Amino acid sequence: MKDILSDAITIAGKDLSNEFKTKQTIGTMVIFSALVILVFSFAFDPTNNTVKAVIPGLIWVITIFSGTLGLNRSFVSELENNCLTGLRSAPIDVTSIYLGKTLANFTLVTIVQTISIPVLFLLFNYRFTGSLLWFILIVLSGTFGFIVVGTFLSALAANAKNSEMLLPVLLLPLLSPLMIAAVQATTIVLVNEQISDAIGWLQLMTAYDLLFLGACFLLFEFIMEGS
Amino acid sequence: MKELEIMLEIKNLTKILSDKLILRGVSLKLNKGEILAVVGPNGAGKSTFFKCTVGLLQPSGGEIIVDGEIIKKKSAATRKKIGFLGHESFLYSTLTPLENLRFYGKLYKVKSIDSKANQLLKEVGLHLFKDVPIRSFSRGMLQRLSIARVMLADPEILMLDEPHTGLDQDAVSLLNMIIKEKKNIGTSVLLISHDFEQVQALADSVAVLKKGKIIDTAPLNADLNLEKMKDWYSRAVSEG
Repeated sequence: MKDILSDAITIAGKDLSNEFKTKQTIGTMVIFSALVILVFSFAFDPTNNTVKAVIPGLIWVITIFSGTLGLNRSFVSELENNCLTGLRSAPIDVTSIYLGKTLANFTLVTIVQTISIPVLFLLFNYRFTGSLLWFILIVLSGTFGFIVVGTFLSALAANAKNSEMLLPVLLLPLLSPLMIAAVQATTIVLVNEQISDAIGWLQLMTAYDLLFLGACFLLFEFIMEGS
Repeated sequence: MKELEIMLEIKNLTKILSDKLILRGVSLKLNKGEILAVVGPNGAGKSTFFKCTVGLLQPSGGEIIVDGEIIKKKSAATRKKIGFLGHESFLYSTLTPLENLRFYGKLYKVKSIDSKANQLLKEVGLHLFKDVPIRSFSRGMLQRLSIARVMLADPEILMLDEPHTGLDQDAVSLLNMIIKEKKNIGTSVLLISHDFEQVQALADSVAVLKKGKIIDTAPLNADLNLEKMKDWYSRAVSEG
């Protein structure tokens, strides 16, 4: 397990240093998020109270759609010069490729959220008065589940002709339970309701994260065999 | 007489892909310090045979024994003994040669990666380009860097899939020199090639793979020159 983790960190480190050098994917993700926030900030009047109800949904719309842009590139970038075969022929456990990619994608999406969520609050003139710790916990838990499933499906879709189209088609239905829980829990924290009401949703998200992490971890080997 | 140490033994290897029998009981032995060339017409199953041997594909039947140990999907230690040079370079075009070697060095748990990588880059003549992203490299330069990548972990078995393709004469000489040096220190080499001249120059023995079966093998010695080898191959393929 120690070797799997250290190899995963090596792969994630390579992906992230590559990304910070080219800024190809993260740039697209940030621009997309900014555009969505800008469009919605014009569509809704910030002085209206109903805006509060829109913000939790918007946080997850930004996360899922900008994240999908990054996920698309995750394994497609390994197809150039057949680098994926290079990784698979290396003396590493194949699941470390999955873990490494998950780590790198999670870091990228978290960076985009760190930039876009404060901008969203700013443009919607929203003053955050809820529990920041719970809010971060909910956002990270939802994002992790999304990345766990998304990374797995991006590996599955990478070899398909229209992988950019295939990934959302496969991913969005699978994310439905997670997103329902994430939006509900975020709403509870943002409208400053009882935190205890959010715990049930957070438990559902944690269960989803663990279940899919285990399943993807076990099944990833079979995807690689077919690629 | 001292018995030769077998580095790689393939027993009755079969592979079915999409209900099609690609490999039909391939059996081969590769001794320590031996260079064995596998030749054959297109679609004979050479690349599938290599992928199974490296562990990229799970064989449908048969056994692959590396240095006395049966290779399994998760046998990382066994895979470390194999250096695989494929059709493609397996290199990241946004990274520099040094960064590529550092990355693979970490995965192969190479000690003192930087000094080893720098030394290999000097050997393959890319030291001056060590900090240039490889996206601008020619096919020959990429192949030189791929050779450095393969040598990084000092593999005991080299598996080279058409390594001379796209190389200029200098690079061909360099590659042949490296292969011979490795042979001299006991590295075993399994070579797939369509280039009979290079096979003649490097290999100790040659096997013909056709329709997923080894149909003939022959030792390469002074009696079997290039012309005779070509005749022998043509005969084997037409009869097999």
